[in-house]
Amino acid sequence: MATQKRTVEVALSTTGVDAQGRPQRVPLVTADDGSPIAVEAPPMVEPDLAGEHMLINIGPQHPATHGVLRLVLELDGETVVRCIPHIGYLHCGFEKLGEYRQYNQILPLTDREDYLNAMGNNVGCAMSAERLFGIEITERCKVLRVIACELSRIASHLVWLGTTCIDIGAFTPFLWAFQQREYIYDLIESWVGARLTPTITRVGGLAADIPDGWMTKLQKFTTDFPATVEEIDKMLTKNGIWVGRTIGLGVMTPDEAINWGLSGPMLRASGVAYDVRKDFPYYDYETYDFDVPVGTNGDVYDRYLVRMEEMRQSVRIIEQAAKRLPDGPINVDDPRVILPNKSKATSEMESMIHHFKLVMEGPRPPLGEAYVAMESPKGEKGYYMVSDGTSKPVRWRIRPPSFVNLAAIPKMVEGHLLSDVIAINASIDIVMGEIDR
Amino acid sequence: MSDGFEIQYPGSALGNAAPAPVTPRNVANRGGEQNASAAALRQQFGDAIARVEVVWGVTNVYVRPERVLDVVRWLHDDSSQRYDYLSDVTAVEYRDLEAPIEVVWHLRSLPFRRELRLKAQLPKNEPLEIASVWSIYKGADWLERECFDMFGIRFVGHPDLRRILMWEQYREGFPLRKDFPLRGRFSRAEQLRQALAANPEARYSMEELSIADAFEDLPTDMRKRLKGGERTGE
Repeated sequence: MATQKRTVEVALSTTGVDAQGRPQRVPLVTADDGSPIAVEAPPMVEPDLAGEHMLINIGPQHPATHGVLRLVLELDGETVVRCIPHIGYLHCGFEKLGEYRQYNQILPLTDREDYLNAMGNNVGCAMSAERLFGIEITERCKVLRVIACELSRIASHLVWLGTTCIDIGAFTPFLWAFQQREYIYDLIESWVGARLTPTITRVGGLAADIPDGWMTKLQKFTTDFPATVEEIDKMLTKNGIWVGRTIGLGVMTPDEAINWGLSGPMLRASGVAYDVRKDFPYYDYETYDFDVPVGTNGDVYDRYLVRMEEMRQSVRIIEQAAKRLPDGPINVDDPRVILPNKSKATSEMESMIHHFKLVMEGPRPPLGEAYVAMESPKGEKGYYMVSDGTSKPVRWRIRPPSFVNLAAIPKMVEGHLLSDVIAINASIDIVMGEIDR
Repeated sequence: MSDGFEIQYPGSALGNAAPAPVTPRNVANRGGEQNASAAALRQQFGDAIARVEVVWGVTNVYVRPERVLDVVRWLHDDSSQRYDYLSDVTAVEYRDLEAPIEVVWHLRSLPFRRELRLKAQLPKNEPLEIASVWSIYKGADWLERECFDMFGIRFVGHPDLRRILMWEQYREGFPLRKDFPLRGRFSRAEQLRQALAANPEARYSMEELSIADAFEDLPTDMRKRLKGGERTGE
């Protein structure tokens, strides 16, 4: 494997770890005066197991599988020979439920699939419904949606970072990451009232405009947050244990990564600079100045570096969006989808009928279908809606990025050690709610 | 870090003069510019391409089901197309019970920055079978399994077409079909009965046991039960 030749300079020498990140043998026994007693190395002869393999089951209830993922591993000694993933323990049938719901009623379902990126999902789902209706949302709505997407990207990456640290054995960055994530959830709460399941969008607009003083709070976040990233960066990037446990693991070459349909940080760590925001842009992402970090080794370590850099770039995007946020309405002026003013609905007959029709029957898009892809923290998230002209879609499909990314796990873990399975699995950034839907 | 992979940039086949991609605006419901690959497909495959239309800015190409594999392989391999990225495989069943089930592939060409939607229509009075594109895109593995699990479409040539989201003994049918009620086909009482009757000790399917040849090492009663077909992933 070419990438294993790479060396990373390790600045922080931790007790018990040598410069290559391998744990040093520290004698556990001391003489009466406290001096260490030399411990004889155990004989290096391994018993011949004659190809006897062991079957190990990890999960579905296991903290390191990030949800209810079950991996059946066939081991030769400690090396994984074969891996069979089992999913579906969290299957809720969201796609089926969506076929029985109006377009605005589908939006709460999207909070609950990839629950770490709830606002991003709301935006993506509303975007595909708006494509079906042929609606162009207002400028203010666009910018607010970009802020929502990038905030939830940061929140999602922070959870990924924290939980991966715990998987690999570091606890402190987890607390730092969750502290900042809490600040993001406070921001969301003061915007729409909910934290984890905000349902921030409506077809054609937003649930609510931002309250007074919200931009100041956002600005405080964008000024404070980079320090946390730098702190975590200092803690991990050159840490011997971290480097030793992530480098050269789960390598996917660029061609393999494309062929397996990987997307997001997984694909970019493998050296493919594909980002939906750059290549199939939406919401004027082409006018924001941001970089797409790309790794060149396709291993767990590069995925970590890519995600760290993405958080910094998201802050840049939020800062630019905050600067350009225009005044104006958040909802599009389209009576097909937007409810009339509440005071009008209670005082004018026409508005009341309009309100009643929209709530009871729901908006009806023309015949057609729309597949809208967006860059979620996990990768290319697509919402595919097919309309037959009624108020409920014929088919509502989520293209789940972590489902497709997880499909490559047998390829990535085979040949690695059992303990590396945890690190590789963590690097995929799976959310079972999205995988099982 | 000189021994890393060479970075691949999307749009590399377009040349430097190509305009940067922009957010599409005021997309029309029908009509608009067709993806250049549609005309190339017509020229290459003639009758195998049943219909081409542009819906909300994306080109739909209807392919005759028996030629899907040829068409996809050509799109993937031909140097003027290079559809190297399979976004999605799914199916659509319409509320009109006479309408055929559509299998839908969302393909992307990263070098040309194109997207194309391929469709094949499977009439309901014939067996729901279509060629698997797994031999071309490894990413199709789970996507096709999910499509089989939810719609019962058999992807011929798929190496491991098993249920993926539902469990192996699931007997109620295919959940995303229109004739499948939202609450499930079986009553709650029957669902509960089956859940209680399930044997929680039989954690491994025969397929997993065979990979480790562990069957002989199992306790006698478990072996007997498995041999009796209790949990064989039928």
